[in-house]
This record gives sequence, C-alpha cells and structure tokens, in this order.
Amino acid sequence: MQTINVTDVIRKNSTFISMINRDSCQDVKKCYQCGKCSAGCPLAPFMDVLPNQVIRKVQLGMRNEVLNCESIWLCAYCSTCSVRCPRNIELAEVMDSLRILAQRENIRPKGRAKKVSIFNKGFLRSLKKYGRLHEFTTMLGFNIKSGKPFNNAETGLFMLTNGKLKLSVSSPRGMDEINRIFEKTEELEEKRP
Amino acid sequence: MKYSYYPGCCHHTSAKEYDISSRVVCDTLGIQLSDVPDWSCCGSTAAHSTSHLLATSLAARNLSLAEKEGEDVVASCAACYQRLAMADHHLKTNKDLLQEVNQILDRPYGSSIKVRSMLDVIYSAKSTLAAGVKKPLHGLKVAAYYGCLLVRPLSVRVDDAEYPQTMDELMETAGAQAVEWGFKTECCGASLAISNEDIVLELVFKILEAARDAGANCIVTACPLCHFNLDVRQEKLNKSRGQSFNLPVFYFTQLIGLSLGIDQRDLSLGTHFLDPSRLIKTFDSFNGGDRV
Repeated sequence: MQTINVTDVIRKNSTFISMINRDSCQDVKKCYQCGKCSAGCPLAPFMDVLPNQVIRKVQLGMRNEVLNCESIWLCAYCSTCSVRCPRNIELAEVMDSLRILAQRENIRPKGRAKKVSIFNKGFLRSLKKYGRLHEFTTMLGFNIKSGKPFNNAETGLFMLTNGKLKLSVSSPRGMDEINRIFEKTEELEEKRP
Repeated sequence: MKYSYYPGCCHHTSAKEYDISSRVVCDTLGIQLSDVPDWSCCGSTAAHSTSHLLATSLAARNLSLAEKEGEDVVASCAACYQRLAMADHHLKTNKDLLQEVNQILDRPYGSSIKVRSMLDVIYSAKSTLAAGVKKPLHGLKVAAYYGCLLVRPLSVRVDDAEYPQTMDELMETAGAQAVEWGFKTECCGASLAISNEDIVLELVFKILEAARDAGANCIVTACPLCHFNLDVRQEKLNKSRGQSFNLPVFYFTQLIGLSLGIDQRDLSLGTHFLDPSRLIKTFDSFNGGDRV
C-alpha cells in the first residue's frame, strides 16, 4: 500500500494527459472521482476497468493499462456519462481518443474489444470501397473474420427476403473525393505529434 | 418548409421503413424534402473511433453538398443526424479545424446551414399534424424510446437528455397514449449488436421489460439502430429466456402516417420482424374499420 499525491502525479504525467486532453477537447485533470459515470454507464457491467477508473488511470499516467483495456472499446459512445458529469467532462470523447491512440500505437485489442475493432475496420473498408456502408458484405466479412460464418444467418435470411439487405450497392459519383479524404486525413494524422 | 434530405446508408435496406414513412409523412405535412445530391456515408461510429479528422471530413463532405442546395439538411437516422450535427458543431466552433477540413474536401464547407433531425422537423409541424389526424391511434399504448444519439451529447441534442418529451407529444397528438417509463434514453448497445450480441441482448432485455411493465403495447423509435435491436431481439429473448415479449416496434413516422390516414402499404408496415398487423387492427376497430 502506498500513498500518492495526485497533484504531483498529474504534474509528472502532463505529456500523456495533454495528448488525451487535446484530442478529446476535454480536461481529464478536473475529475474528482465521484463515480457518477460508472454508476450510469450501461456497459459498465461488461467492462474490465470502470469508466471512472479509466479516467483515474489517465490522470496517473498508467498508459499501458488504459490503452490495453477492453473498456475503451466497449464504450458505445452513448454519452450518458458526458451529460451527467458534475465536472463537465465528456468522458465519451475521452474514450474515443483513447481508442484512437491505442490504434495509432498498434496495440492489438483482445477479447470483446477485438470484435469491436474487427467490426469498425470492416465498416471503414466498405466506406472506402463503396462510399457507403454495404451491410451485406460488412456483416458477412465480420462473421468470417470472427470465425463464425453463419452467425445470425436466420436474421440475415429474413432481411434478404424482405428487402432489408441488398446484394448490390449504389456508390456516389464522388468516390475519388472520398478516397482523397481517407488519404489526406491519414497523411495529416501521421504528421501529428 | 424545404429541406435537403440526407437518407443515410440504411435508407433502402435495414431501415427502409423509416425512409419510406418519413418521405410520405413529410409530404402530407407540407414539408418538402430533396435528397442531398451524391451523398456518402456519414462515417458513423467506425470513423469517429478511428480518427476525429476523418469523421469530421466524411460528414463535412455531405454538409458542403447540402449547403450548395441552399437549405438546412435533415437526417432521419439518429446516428447520421448525430454525426452530421457533431461535425457541424466542431466546424462552427473551431476555425482552425474548418480550415484544415476544407483543405481536405474538394468543395469547401461555408458552415452556413443547420443540421436537423427528422424528429425535430416533424415536431415543428405538430399543429399541422393535429389538424390533419384522420384516424386517431386510440388503443395504442406507446413507449416512446429515444435512445442516445438524439438526446446526447448536449451540443447536438434535440430534446432533454434524461426526460425527453417530443416523441411522446407527437404520439399523443396522433391519438395514442404515451406511457410513462424510465428507459426512454437508456442505451440499447447500438453497433455492439454485431460485435458483442450477448451484451446487446442484456441491455435490450431491460428496455423491453421496462416498456412492458409500464403497460405499453408497442414501442416507437426514431433511430434505425434502436429499431433493429428492439425488433430483432424479442424472439431471441423469448427463446433463450422463456419470455413472451410481443411489443411491435415502429418508427414514429409510421404511426404518424397511420394517424394521417396514409395507406398501411405506403408506410412499409409489413417488413418488421414482429408483425404489427394484429395491433393495428385493434386501433382500426376503434376507428370503425376502414372508415376515415
């Protein structure tokens, strides 16, 4: 057991804190650990680190623990925490920034987090290819990559027969522009500190 | 009123009922919609979980296309609404970001338009609706489910984050009874439905239980993700947990359409997982069958 002076620790970890603050447009230093975010979070029962613990770990500079936890991926961005925080910290934005940083640092998500990441990647692949979400190939791609090719097959069949899934997709004419958006944002992101 | 309409990627597939009913209801209420030409995906959760600049730029492409048309843009899908509105909010409050994004886009966004949600736009026409109700929805006890994306975060919400009322008021105006319940804005798990279905089943179970316990005989939503999760999972929960949920899930525009006397076939009521025809017959009998 060790006593730590939070103010001192926060000062020591200012680089990591500033990075998260800048990307999320929030000030995580303001959190005084009331726990309201965790109390109202619908995903908290499934998380390995509670939302208030995530923010504390950021304050304490526990970079690896935070970037490797499943919670940052399980956050559904419902923003219940953000609207209830007595310190006006939008924690959903912080979670978003942590996910983004974990990807930039090539951290491989595990367990439930891995499945969220597979889905997100598949969604963006569809967007890059077609300019829109093609639900059929995105769902099928997720099933294959997660090793359960026939997952939700009954639901899919109902949707196909009722015109709620389509095999074809109509792309916008501006596909070149959309591809440039991906390329240019990637270039700019790589230049960031 | 005239708006540019952003249909969103699910408009002709998983959420086609929302698109079809939104268009016909707007037309009946005198709200003119014309599609944003050459629109592309808003980026959704996948983009904002990957890069904020990418998410804002993908949404901004659509904002700039809508701006060219000269009208405010309305999105029916709650997720599309939130992404477009968040991008617009960031671009209007951060000049550096606007400059950066405009260098990425082929056509700069002048940030001169507003982003509206279908719920908000139809709520603005509440008095027209009140005057136009031909078949009041008597007998329907509706749990109005708002989910997250329309009421949070504060910068883009269209109603109160904890106790929203707009959809309830629209349902009452259409002649239904809006039940009081506590799960109006609880998250359904959204896109975790695909990646972690067991979690979504847990969350949806609580929402359905709350709606049933409040005495509702149906649920209305304004979000394709909420609709999908609540509609598809009832049968699964009935099988796996010995439940007997049978709460048809509608888009609010479908029920408004029925109250305006629009033909059921024009509201795509037959393509939900849970067949609502028995419930619709109940309210039809209150109205004397097909009498208008």
